[in-house]
Amino acid sequence: MMLLLAPAARAQEVTLWHSYRGAEQQALDTVLDDFRGAHPSWTVTALAIPYEVMASKLTTTIPRGNGPDLFIFAHERIGGWVKSGLLAPLDEHVDEAERALFLPQTIPPLQFQDKLYGLPLAFKSTALFRNTKLVPRAPANSAELVDIARGFSREGRFGLAYQSDSFYFHAPWFFGHGGELFSTEAAIDYTGQPFVRSLAFIARLQDEKLVPAEATGALVSSLFNSGKAAMVLSGPWFTGEIDPSIDFAVSPLPTLNETGLPSSPFLTDEAVFVSSLAKDTTSALDLARHLAGRESALTRAIVGRQVVANAAAWTDPRLRGDAVLSAFRAQLPTTVAMDNRPEMRDAWEPAQLGLKKALRGGTAPAVAAAAAAARYRAITRPLPPKASPQPYILLAAVALLAGLGLLLRWTTGVVRRGEARSAVRSWTWAGPATFATLVLVFLPFLVGLVLAFFAHRQGDWTFVGMANFIDILLSRSYGPSQPMSFYFALGVTLLWTVLNVALHLGIGLALALILNRATLRLRPLYRVLLILPWAVPNYITALIWKGLFHKQFGAINGFLELLGLEAVSWFSSFGTAFFANLCTNVWLGFPFMMVICMGALQSIPTDLYEAAEIDGASWFSKLRYVTLPLLRPALIPAVLLGTVWTFNSFNIVYLVSGGEPDGATEILISEAYKWAFTRREQYGYAAAYAVLIFIILLGWSAISARLARQAESNA
Amino acid sequence: MSSRGSTRTQSRINSILSHAALVLASAAAIYPVLWVLKMALSPGQSFDSSPSPIPEAISFEHFIAVTSHSDSAGTWLFGHQLYNSLLVAITTTVVGMALSCTAAYAFSRQRFPGREAGLTAFLLTQIFPGVVMMIPLYILLDSAGLLDSLVGLVLVYSTTSVPFCTWMLKGYFDTIPRDLEEAAIMDGAGPWTTFWRVILPLARPALAVTALFSFMTAWNEFILAATLMNDESMFTLPVALQRYVGEYQTDWGSFAAGALLVSLPVMLLFYALQKHLVGGLTAGAVKG
Repeated sequence: MMLLLAPAARAQEVTLWHSYRGAEQQALDTVLDDFRGAHPSWTVTALAIPYEVMASKLTTTIPRGNGPDLFIFAHERIGGWVKSGLLAPLDEHVDEAERALFLPQTIPPLQFQDKLYGLPLAFKSTALFRNTKLVPRAPANSAELVDIARGFSREGRFGLAYQSDSFYFHAPWFFGHGGELFSTEAAIDYTGQPFVRSLAFIARLQDEKLVPAEATGALVSSLFNSGKAAMVLSGPWFTGEIDPSIDFAVSPLPTLNETGLPSSPFLTDEAVFVSSLAKDTTSALDLARHLAGRESALTRAIVGRQVVANAAAWTDPRLRGDAVLSAFRAQLPTTVAMDNRPEMRDAWEPAQLGLKKALRGGTAPAVAAAAAAARYRAITRPLPPKASPQPYILLAAVALLAGLGLLLRWTTGVVRRGEARSAVRSWTWAGPATFATLVLVFLPFLVGLVLAFFAHRQGDWTFVGMANFIDILLSRSYGPSQPMSFYFALGVTLLWTVLNVALHLGIGLALALILNRATLRLRPLYRVLLILPWAVPNYITALIWKGLFHKQFGAINGFLELLGLEAVSWFSSFGTAFFANLCTNVWLGFPFMMVICMGALQSIPTDLYEAAEIDGASWFSKLRYVTLPLLRPALIPAVLLGTVWTFNSFNIVYLVSGGEPDGATEILISEAYKWAFTRREQYGYAAAYAVLIFIILLGWSAISARLARQAESNA
Repeated sequence: MSSRGSTRTQSRINSILSHAALVLASAAAIYPVLWVLKMALSPGQSFDSSPSPIPEAISFEHFIAVTSHSDSAGTWLFGHQLYNSLLVAITTTVVGMALSCTAAYAFSRQRFPGREAGLTAFLLTQIFPGVVMMIPLYILLDSAGLLDSLVGLVLVYSTTSVPFCTWMLKGYFDTIPRDLEEAAIMDGAGPWTTFWRVILPLARPALAVTALFSFMTAWNEFILAATLMNDESMFTLPVALQRYVGEYQTDWGSFAAGALLVSLPVMLLFYALQKHLVGGLTAGAVKG
């Protein structure tokens, strides 16, 4: 390997993308500086990309030649990437001897259809953390684990804390009960005994309150750091979150008594991949080898706290003596690698659905498992038959000609009526804005429209005509009154839009009216405080709202209990979950309407109020006959566009309820996003959803444009 | 006397009720934000899960970590990113306002062929969901050579905010009485002078609102910015903030500190603009 690094005379440019931060980034920087020192003529650029956009950024940039030469990411998307042509296979360059330099379990996850893509840097899996003061000896089997948990759990204290409603963390119980990936056509056999038993196992622990419900990562670390959780199921990243005052140890997960099998967590390889469009594969690989090599691995392990995949690095006493890293190394033989086939990604949503359903209580594990299987069938809908594009092309051509004809007739009409001069004059005012908007919106729109007639699976596009629309409108997989059907989601969307806009406007207008009183003290202070929900980035405040609605630790249930009321499990039923979403979005949106109303109120001349007062008008009649009618022209655009934005805002649903329960609170646009970005990137189907949304809103805007015209003629 | 007394009592009751409503609303507005503050001020990742939004211990480590964020070469990334964000948001506001003010004036005051179609077109641009538009938009900007450039971002953001601003300003312009302009035209002013000297000053409240809206459109957006920008020193602050969200673990302390820092300029801008939203501006003008 060192020989390969030797010819450093070539002047090379290599770009590397990664999502590391903190200690891992520091370690990477050190390792890259070593490389730069050994290759002074090379230009090595490392870019830190936010994890959440990394995958979509790679699929967008690499095909256009704007991507990196190398990137570091988890291995589970390899199948999809290979099918989309993003990765360069490394078989020619990396022989058996070189593969043997890595821990044997870390190589197969990087192979897809017998080809190797990428070199492993580190691996991640969960293991068992324990507070050594509370649990001096690691449990050897699940019965011991449950016993320890029972001994410790009472009022607000939990024997075991982890993100129990995530399938990633649940996996040990699934594999421990004899589960296997791809034992059937689906990655997970939902109705098989292992999955059902694993649901029963964890549902029982949660019923006994040995495990906290709806736990997020932040809640788990908070419980562990305050001594309220004796054990935690988590991965290497958790080490950095533990308070220095807590004495802890890590051990492999216990075996399951019922089967005698180990509780195997998922294994994720963090690997360095070479892009199919790398400027120079050989030099990209040189850098990849350096990153994966022994010296770099030691730096990454010691500085970055990574559990490294380089086998030789583990001969170093500093690594062998490290209790935490060694525990994860000891867990490795009983892990199950995440499958890298694209089909694996279909398995998550149903598994998560079944898990959440079982944990919510009141549902038998077998019923929850059946719901998961039904969801799997719905999202892996069969590819519609290929259709002939000719009739559609003909139709599009006719529509285009008709459009051009109408435009021509309209133009000649304008000229004939002698309006050309006024049109030119006015369009010099209005033209720049219209043009700029249309260019950037029209083309993407047209592309979206065309996509709706195709089916997309992992890089393969098939023309299917109207099949996507028909599938959606006939609601084949679910009855029209069931969640996930188009009609159910449409109903939820309408309710969501109407309530949001009404509350935004009502609260915003009321506050603006109060703040408009000239005699009121502290007005500037109130105004600035009330704008806060708009000003703070909503990604974080939405998640805080989700926390406020937490079943066991949320402030809202705390408040209800203070009033002597019973705590509510907010995300268990449609009404309460919808309410949680609504509260969050109303909180986020009322300041905008308030500001709009504040501005609009200034358009009302004060002498009208004075005149009304002389006439002895009451506060209410002033509102009814002066304020509201005069506000209309300025408010109509806000209401109109507010409606459209609310209809199309997916992030609050995504962040707060996440569609819970069972996808019932999902709105049309969040369904479209799921089809586009999870569920194996069925862009065509998502585009068909988008087109249907467009048509619905088109109807709405036709109505509201008429309202606007009326307001205009009244003004 | 007695009637004045009862008016005074009435107005005191009104005032108490108003304050009660405002205090309640402000408390609801602040509570979740106090939680952000608690996360930002708690040392390490150790904020507790009690309903109280008051941190148990206070440390400024997250604020320091966020503001001093630099790359390995020593470039002060936070500074660069703050500069990018300000530049993009201010330019977006200026460009968006310039485009939409003129357009709104034409739509409000002039009747011309294509007017209805133009107004509807603005609306249509807002109703097509963005879900399938990302890749085409990327290809469009790539072909125009506007990737990794702040110009590209400004262009995208301005066109995002223009439709709303145009509709909003047009609605407001509609409420401004025409006799003022007619007087100006009688004095020999052309459309440009009327627009600049009469309409715009009278529309200050609406200009303040749309300026704030345009600024916010550009200021908080991160998905497009993260897709269009590659270089970390070209990132805007929200993209940099998103870096604290990891695959398995999120650095909530730094994320919260960053979120609060990001919202400060918005608060300052609003504070500066709010004098245009204070009662009784147009009253004098209409009388005059």
